Amino acid sequence: MWRRTFALITKELLASARDRQTRWLLLFAPPFLLLIYAFAITQEVKNVSMAVLNQDIGLEARELVSRFEGSKTFEHIRYLKGVSEITPAIESQDVIMVLHIGPDFSRRISAGKRADVQLLLDGRRSNAAQILLGYATRIVENFNDELTRHGAARPPAIVVARAWFNPNFEPLWSAVPSLFAGLTAFVGFMVSALAIARERELGTFEQLLVTPLRPVEILAGKTVPALLVALASATAMLALGWLVLGVPLRGSLALLYASMIVYLAAIIGIGLFISSLVSTQQQAFIGMFIYMVPAILLSGYATPVENMPDWLQWLTETNPITHFIVICKGVFLKDVPAEVIFRHTWPMALIALVTLSGGAWLFRHRVA
Amino acid sequence: MSESVSPGKEMTRRILGLVRKETRQMLRDPSSILVAAVLPLILLFLFGYGVTYDPRFFTVGLVVEQQTPEAGSFTAALSNSPYFRIETARDRRTFEADLVAGDIHGIVVLPADFAEKAYRGETAPIQVIVDGSDPNTADLVRNYIQLLSANWLQQEAISRGQPLLASAVGLQPQVWFNPEISSRNYLVPGSVAIILTLIGALLTALVVAREWERGTMEALLATPVGIIELLVGKLVPYFLLGMGSMVLSVATAVFLFGVPFRGSFVWLTLVSAVFMWAALGQGLLISTVTRNQLVAAQASILSSFLPAFYFSSFVFEVDSMPWPLQLISYALPARYYVSTLQTLFLAGDITSVIVRDLLAIAAIAVGFFALTAFTTRTRLE
Repeated sequence: MWRRTFALITKELLASARDRQTRWLLLFAPPFLLLIYAFAITQEVKNVSMAVLNQDIGLEARELVSRFEGSKTFEHIRYLKGVSEITPAIESQDVIMVLHIGPDFSRRISAGKRADVQLLLDGRRSNAAQILLGYATRIVENFNDELTRHGAARPPAIVVARAWFNPNFEPLWSAVPSLFAGLTAFVGFMVSALAIARERELGTFEQLLVTPLRPVEILAGKTVPALLVALASATAMLALGWLVLGVPLRGSLALLYASMIVYLAAIIGIGLFISSLVSTQQQAFIGMFIYMVPAILLSGYATPVENMPDWLQWLTETNPITHFIVICKGVFLKDVPAEVIFRHTWPMALIALVTLSGGAWLFRHRVA
Repeated sequence: MSESVSPGKEMTRRILGLVRKETRQMLRDPSSILVAAVLPLILLFLFGYGVTYDPRFFTVGLVVEQQTPEAGSFTAALSNSPYFRIETARDRRTFEADLVAGDIHGIVVLPADFAEKAYRGETAPIQVIVDGSDPNTADLVRNYIQLLSANWLQQEAISRGQPLLASAVGLQPQVWFNPEISSRNYLVPGSVAIILTLIGALLTALVVAREWERGTMEALLATPVGIIELLVGKLVPYFLLGMGSMVLSVATAVFLFGVPFRGSFVWLTLVSAVFMWAALGQGLLISTVTRNQLVAAQASILSSFLPAFYFSSFVFEVDSMPWPLQLISYALPARYYVSTLQTLFLAGDITSVIVRDLLAIAAIAVGFFALTAFTTRTRLE
């Protein structure tokens, strides 16, 4: 039995190594996509355009404006001449934010009174607007701190915040682990979902079924090569993220690989399951796409899982990508202990078990 | 045939014949139904319910090293806030493992000498530790706690009969068009662009590539049908399908998800129609170049769906990306369509934005069709 399975594995590996398109698609495309998208999925907001309407001639107003000019968040700053220019500037998407300082700003500050400034944000880009509001709040707070340092009463308490794991909020550090998980899934699906469908399309799958190979052996013969190819591709991405993009790798590599094998088994299980339901490669591709888009979007890759309604959060427990993103962030940035990794590995093992045995059953029972 | 049939009528008849044939084929193909009906619903549903930047609440561990009245009132302020769910402990080590495991969003520590320092003229620190592995959430947690403690300090000052600590400069923010900063209000309109991209580029690429793959395209070209008639006949059913999907998506957005629509339907229809032709042009180009269904499917996902998702400012801010990626975004019709959709839904008919976007989309559409015409001609010769 082992000899037969081994022969099939060897044949599958040779077949994928020989195909130039497959080789390119699986080994070079994922690291390339990692490189591009790592810079694309940044949640940092910078280089945006803002406008300033400063109707005050005092020193304090000038000083506050220069705080905004000094920030790398705002690349272009437009200076408006009147209130009537505010609406067109925002509506036309010229600027995303307008700081409006009224004429009595410096006078009120000198008089020890509270001086308000207006901040108008374009809500069409709500997420950026919210992040920019945070930046602006901090700039104004620092400004206030320095004003009060010169005399007025100090507040009895202040918030001192620190971020663990990624103290400088490096956007790449949070992007690369999630992308690594997502792209590894992409490779896993490509090598598995198209595999059986291609054989069915070419008619070689029926040939495989009439050989002495049992479904379990066929399953092993299809899963193991897919797993090896995906692992090779993942290793290339890991090296790129760690050595080239400089994302720290603080946890145990052994634990990462151990959980990745379970993860890939689950992904390949789902891929083979889809693959054995359809009859052409094109249908397999569409099926894979229809599964993958929701799986990625609900995995915590773009937005946090905790923001979703409870029932969707329950549903994401059955999504291997959700679990592996937690593991990847943990191993890259946090050096998580083994029990946390285990907590997210056993659900993936369960998914692998269900989908792989479902796939094996379908091999026999669905002869197209 | 009699001489009474004019060439114009003849052409219309041929196109209508093709449209009829193509529509039947489309309705019979399960992958068309999947891409045109099931996928849009899944996507709308995901962006309406699942994908959101709006936090529900943050789970934080509160460490009170010494119980004092001040600590008690801070604990009450934090636990009364709808934005926080708190667990309390006396030692921060209780929560450190939870933060590593990702079970909590942050730790707030009131040190043992907090009360003493705070009311002896010194400034006492409220220590906050957030999980930097998700910078966006970490930033929100930090900002919310900052706001909460500023309010708490004001309340404390009032209850002690002390003068309010007026901060010199107050920031009065106003978020236009989307004052409640609901991410659904801008993600759902943007997802319409993704849906039309899929129908236009993916579906058309698949269908036309199949004709090339089976050799029926050459057969069609050999009939009296001219190349323009052929393209129009092939694409019109998909155009109508896409516009139908657009209407369905906008209706779902407005009636099911309660996203406001402040623009006019005339502009929406016009820009969507031009965008649909750009997407169809891209699909046509892909299929003509690849002439293979599987390769066409992969190429259209890589060159239309993924870029439309990442580089259209739909979810991720293009302005913050490195310049080579920003450059890509200028060539994408989805970038302009997303901008118009967000404007029409949230801001209204702002013609300066809409006309600019419309012209850009139209130029890209013409480019795709010109390239397709060029490739088809050279390929056949």
